[in-house]
Amino acid sequence: MHELSLCCSIYDIVGRALALRPGHSVEAVNLQVGQLRQVVPESLEFCWGMVTQDSPLAGSRLVIDQVPVVLDCLSCGESTTAADVFMLTCGSCGGGTITVRTGEEFMVTSLDVVADDVVAPSERS
Amino acid sequence: MGRFHRHDDLSGYATGPDRVIVLERIFGENDRAAAANRRALDEHGIRCVNLMSSPGAGKTTLLVHTLRELASRNIRVGVVEGDIETSIDADRLTGLGAQVVLLNTGAGFGGECHLDAPMVARALGQLDLAGLDLVLVENVGNLVCPAEFDVGAHDSVMVYAITEGEEKPLKYPVMFRSVSVVLINKMDLLPHLDFDLDLFRHNVAQVNPHARLIELSARTGDGLAAWHDWLAPGPGGVRGPPGRG
Repeated sequence: MHELSLCCSIYDIVGRALALRPGHSVEAVNLQVGQLRQVVPESLEFCWGMVTQDSPLAGSRLVIDQVPVVLDCLSCGESTTAADVFMLTCGSCGGGTITVRTGEEFMVTSLDVVADDVVAPSERS
Repeated sequence: MGRFHRHDDLSGYATGPDRVIVLERIFGENDRAAAANRRALDEHGIRCVNLMSSPGAGKTTLLVHTLRELASRNIRVGVVEGDIETSIDADRLTGLGAQVVLLNTGAGFGGECHLDAPMVARALGQLDLAGLDLVLVENVGNLVCPAEFDVGAHDSVMVYAITEGEEKPLKYPVMFRSVSVVLINKMDLLPHLDFDLDLFRHNVAQVNPHARLIELSARTGDGLAAWHDWLAPGPGGVRGPPGRG
């Protein structure tokens, strides 16, 4: 539900990173999103289009890498991938004393940029 | 021609897309603002508790009782009241001895679904922090978004009405994981419902085994003492950050 404000944050992060690369345009924004994050990818992509329209980032894509939930059990020491995000119990011994190793990521990892003066392949004879 | 190449090898072009490493957390800016809120509160020896729930779980009714009780214990309270558009809830809380600041979130597209740290920073700026012991943030009624945004509170508490059923901890695990206390409200309705309290407790434990559960009824007042003692244990004392002797 808060994808629009998240896209505004992503826009600011991308804008700052792009300022260090003058003369480039962004093709893709690569994100890491843990499965414990309550982010709906389709909604995020839709809002990205709204936030970037008529801006220097118009036409750029969000590429979302979903990170599974991996739990470390403090009882038996095993690391297991959670079968679903609703049962945050150890997949090995069933214990509930766990820490979340992965699954809470929410990060702009990188940008794919192209130099503005490179002629697009389709425009070359 | 005939040269072996990959489909994406645009021969003659020195560069395809160039990858720029960023590695920046999307909540980073909010989290920095939240840390600044916590520092400002700590400097004044103020404890801050973030209250979250579904719409209609009883946050505002509970706060009416809580503000009266805390006033009688001589605890000076500020309330940050998040509401999408109206001042209805804030109006109910005025005149009870607390400083109340209303934060309408309706400036976004159709209203933000949560309070974030910069919004709460603006509200804290309108409170006289030197005259407060405790700040209660009443977040926007919503089980999804508020759990994602650190507002700078020291503790988060959820108000849960037993009319919501037993399964919500499994549907909204992020919210239930983010709180230290779950107030099980509307317990006076238990005889009239099929609500299975043991199953609800089990479901909460599945996602957050450390959560403290307090059964109460904001309508009848049953169980409120345990909640108020958790908020402010001891005569005139507020459990909370360091700085107050």
